[in-house]
Amino acid sequence: MSDNASGSGSAESGLAGADQSVASFDETDVGLVRRMQGFLHQYPTSIPFIVLLVGVVIFSIAAPGKFFAPFNFSLVLQQVTIIAVLGIAQTLIILTAGIDLSVGAIMILCSVVMGRTAVVYGVPVEIAFPLGLICGIACGLVNGVIVTLLRLPPFIVTLGTWSIFGALNVWYSKSETIRSQDMQEAAPFLQWTGSLFKPYDFFSKTLGLDWTFLKGWVLTYGSIVMLLVALAVWYILNRTAFGRHVYATGDDPDAARLAGISTTKTLIGVYTLAGFICAIAAWVLIGRIGGVSPQAGQTANLDSITAVVIGGTSLFGGRGSIIGTLIGALIVGVFRNGLALSGLELLWQDFAVGVLIIVAVTIDQWIRKLSA
Amino acid sequence: MSTEPILQARGLNKRYGRVVALDNADFDLMPNEILAVIGDNGAGKSTLIKALTGAVIPDFGEIRLNGQPIAFKSPIDARNRGIETVYQNLAVSPALSIADNLFLGREKRRDDWIGKIFRTLDRGYMQREARQKLSELGLLTIQNINQPVETLSGGQRQGVAVARAAAFGSRVVILDEPTAALGVKESRKVLELMLRLKARGLPIVLISHNMPHVFEVADRIHIHRLGKRIAVIDPKKHSMSDAVAIMTGAMAPPAAEAA
Repeated sequence: MSDNASGSGSAESGLAGADQSVASFDETDVGLVRRMQGFLHQYPTSIPFIVLLVGVVIFSIAAPGKFFAPFNFSLVLQQVTIIAVLGIAQTLIILTAGIDLSVGAIMILCSVVMGRTAVVYGVPVEIAFPLGLICGIACGLVNGVIVTLLRLPPFIVTLGTWSIFGALNVWYSKSETIRSQDMQEAAPFLQWTGSLFKPYDFFSKTLGLDWTFLKGWVLTYGSIVMLLVALAVWYILNRTAFGRHVYATGDDPDAARLAGISTTKTLIGVYTLAGFICAIAAWVLIGRIGGVSPQAGQTANLDSITAVVIGGTSLFGGRGSIIGTLIGALIVGVFRNGLALSGLELLWQDFAVGVLIIVAVTIDQWIRKLSA
Repeated sequence: MSTEPILQARGLNKRYGRVVALDNADFDLMPNEILAVIGDNGAGKSTLIKALTGAVIPDFGEIRLNGQPIAFKSPIDARNRGIETVYQNLAVSPALSIADNLFLGREKRRDDWIGKIFRTLDRGYMQREARQKLSELGLLTIQNINQPVETLSGGQRQGVAVARAAAFGSRVVILDEPTAALGVKESRKVLELMLRLKARGLPIVLISHNMPHVFEVADRIHIHRLGKRIAVIDPKKHSMSDAVAIMTGAMAPPAAEAA
């Protein structure tokens, strides 16, 4: 502590000649690696995008003629649709630095509620379908309320609700599957997401366009539902105050609270919205398998987390995007499909997905160092 | 100083069990001044500030804002009345952009039907506004209003936090240890920022342990000891060692200025 009151600035007088522009940027002699780190930090989606491109190129060479074809791409897209929708729900949760192990269980429970209520109990689909959606919302709300009001870690909460929703599923479904034919008769609407959509025919019929590059593509309406869900959630995250609060809550909950954000409301909103999206995934699931199977989608939980992580969303919250998750889901689909077409055994698909996860998390950690 | 204080407290008391954090503490902030609050660790100055910003509700005592008695129920309550606080730990969200951070918690929605139905944010307005606020405070060197706050230096982040307080604090800005985590050069920038805020007519409360900084910018120094204000001194008439001596009890507070 200095003794002279008058000379308070004297200790810093040597600074007179120093650069006064504190708010300028030190862009001098940063290495290539550092610049790359900065680039990836600013555009985190670029990594999964590059991985996807590299995958497509490799498998086009490894499985000539078979992989790089509209028909095959269509197949991959159909295969990843359910995981992508669940991944969107999971992205919301992971952005808040949480994790939801119950997304798969919510989806199956909702599919059972929709299908069984309509087919077995003969309730009109106009009621059965909203009932399934409400079921998803309720499950999400339960997760959100337990996480916020009881202040328990999301991992433990959703581990518990995973088990609970699974048990409710067995109770309501009596472990009975619903066959596709029965579904066709009682509630064809629930199968609509599985019906095929040919973009070429669509554009030539409605707009009279002859887009030959679309020939051979066969999508399902489920894929279109997926895109609409992605668009809606992207909009919510990037263009509404709630979305900004989701990022802020995951980034630094204390700072968010000090800025006047109710993190409790934000979290409950996130879990509820995720539950609703899981119910949409249930609809896509029914379309995909035609009927309802209480045993379907056992690996969906971990697959959704895989898609989110490979898509560049940070498990530590506050960082990530919906487009990344879509690409992440596609990467998993492309690698599985490409490895199969290249004639490798199933075990190597799992091996490759495992490697991708670890690489993705490693890159995430590396990028985060920039902000430390 | 015959003018009415902007923010005033009389006889604030706060106990935590058997610990008395505030013992009949008084406080006065005059218009257009920088008031420094100093005190030893545990003197109760942070409880005092928390009481003034709604983070702590005093057991009894009176707080007046512009002469009107008020009782804050929460920090948001205080904020709505124009009292903005910059917290020690910055309270910015690193991954969000500068513009997002400035408007965090009070985002501006579009006025048209799109904003009403889809709750769309008016990003153009927020970006323009953010750029203007930063340039007013001489922080325009931050070029890209959309870059994440974590890419900024400590001083720049503090600048964003101060800019946010200045942008919305219509009556009082409270800065809690704004230079504690900063380097010499960056501290200087924040001090300049405070003087600029004062020049714009905003009264500022500065809580700091850094005596040279306090003596450089403060108009008056509120010395807190054992849960109460024991003196308000003029930095031009007293030395830093006087302030430290009063603060630690080694010297009796000057009789004329004892409060």
